Amino acid sequence: MIKLTIDNREVEAREGATILEAARKVGIEIPTLCYHQALTAYGACRVCTVEIIRKEWSRLSTACTYPVQKGIEVKTNSEKVKRARKMILEMLLARCPNVKKIKDLARDMGIEKPRFELDNEECILCGLCVRVCEEIVGVSAIAFFNRGTEREVNTPYEINSDVCLGCGACAVVCPTEAIKAEDIKEIRKIPLWHTELKKRKCRLCGEFFAPEVEIDFLKKKDARLGEEIFETCPSCRKKELGNKILYTNSRRRKYV
Amino acid sequence: MDLEVIDKIADRYKRKESALIGILQDIQAQYNYLPKEALLHIRERLSIPLTHILGVATFYNIFTLKPRGRHLINVCMGTACHVKGVVRILEKIERELGIKTGETTADLRFSLEPIRCLGCCSLAPVVKIDGDIYGKVKQEKVSRILKKYE
Repeated sequence: MIKLTIDNREVEAREGATILEAARKVGIEIPTLCYHQALTAYGACRVCTVEIIRKEWSRLSTACTYPVQKGIEVKTNSEKVKRARKMILEMLLARCPNVKKIKDLARDMGIEKPRFELDNEECILCGLCVRVCEEIVGVSAIAFFNRGTEREVNTPYEINSDVCLGCGACAVVCPTEAIKAEDIKEIRKIPLWHTELKKRKCRLCGEFFAPEVEIDFLKKKDARLGEEIFETCPSCRKKELGNKILYTNSRRRKYV
Repeated sequence: MDLEVIDKIADRYKRKESALIGILQDIQAQYNYLPKEALLHIRERLSIPLTHILGVATFYNIFTLKPRGRHLINVCMGTACHVKGVVRILEKIERELGIKTGETTADLRFSLEPIRCLGCCSLAPVVKIDGDIYGKVKQEKVSRILKKYE
């Protein structure tokens, strides 16, 4: 274990942990936009900026990417941090003036209206969607393209991706709700990625429950689960399982 | 498109993703740009997502996804060239070819692109065509220079 100080508190963390993880473990909250515990830290939004004092040298760094070190002193709310975080949020707010989460964070820092004016955007290029698509879903349907002020998240050639499953993980993980996955009858739509996929009908209730390509993808991943599971919607699956348990002789009850 | 050419390029780099930039450079040397079919084929050959390839291809300025002409004209837009009036040279080339900066002539003879400083400021204003450097370019010299390239 590594000993360090966060906001004047003695904290212990395992080697390789980040400052953010160490702080959260003891209940010290550091605001973030681009961090998700299931994904690799990326340090894109800079909102988690903290002051790190090591051998009397003070520097600012992102808590989500900085590994804990023996004897360092971390300040999550010093004047230096506040000044930096305020500037970062003012710039984020200038980019996305209508995103609630950013407005709230900016208000916490005392900013109502940014001094700068930019195009009204919703995406802050945090890369959570890109990471979840690559690391968790494993298809890499979207990525960052171009660079500098042109940088954007999109699908290759800005047309419907041939590998997108329409799973909507990107929409779930998006901190600014810039990505929206919508269901219109038998179609799953993610307009930002030009995705439009046909959904499968549940064999029991007849509801459309998930995109065909997503189900086929999952089937390929684990064929042992049997055909039926991939034809049944989650709520019917639950009901069916419940009935099986209920009607099985109680002494020889088997949970499937 | 001859996919065997693409295969040869991929094989030369042992189909490694770490050699992606080299592979793309070789494809571009072959076709003057990065054709979609070539990139789709590279995806299969290297077993990597198309997003990885296009992420690199759109990041670096040397790569282009649009067809380029047989000859690439780079006009230096650096400070020294700017002061020496390169903008008028650029306008002259645009008029001469009937295209704007960043475009390609309809007969695919020339592509015109700006470049940030070629590093030979003493020759300002500088124009580079393919590998050739033209220094101290004057407006009246432009059409004679362009005639050298077919």
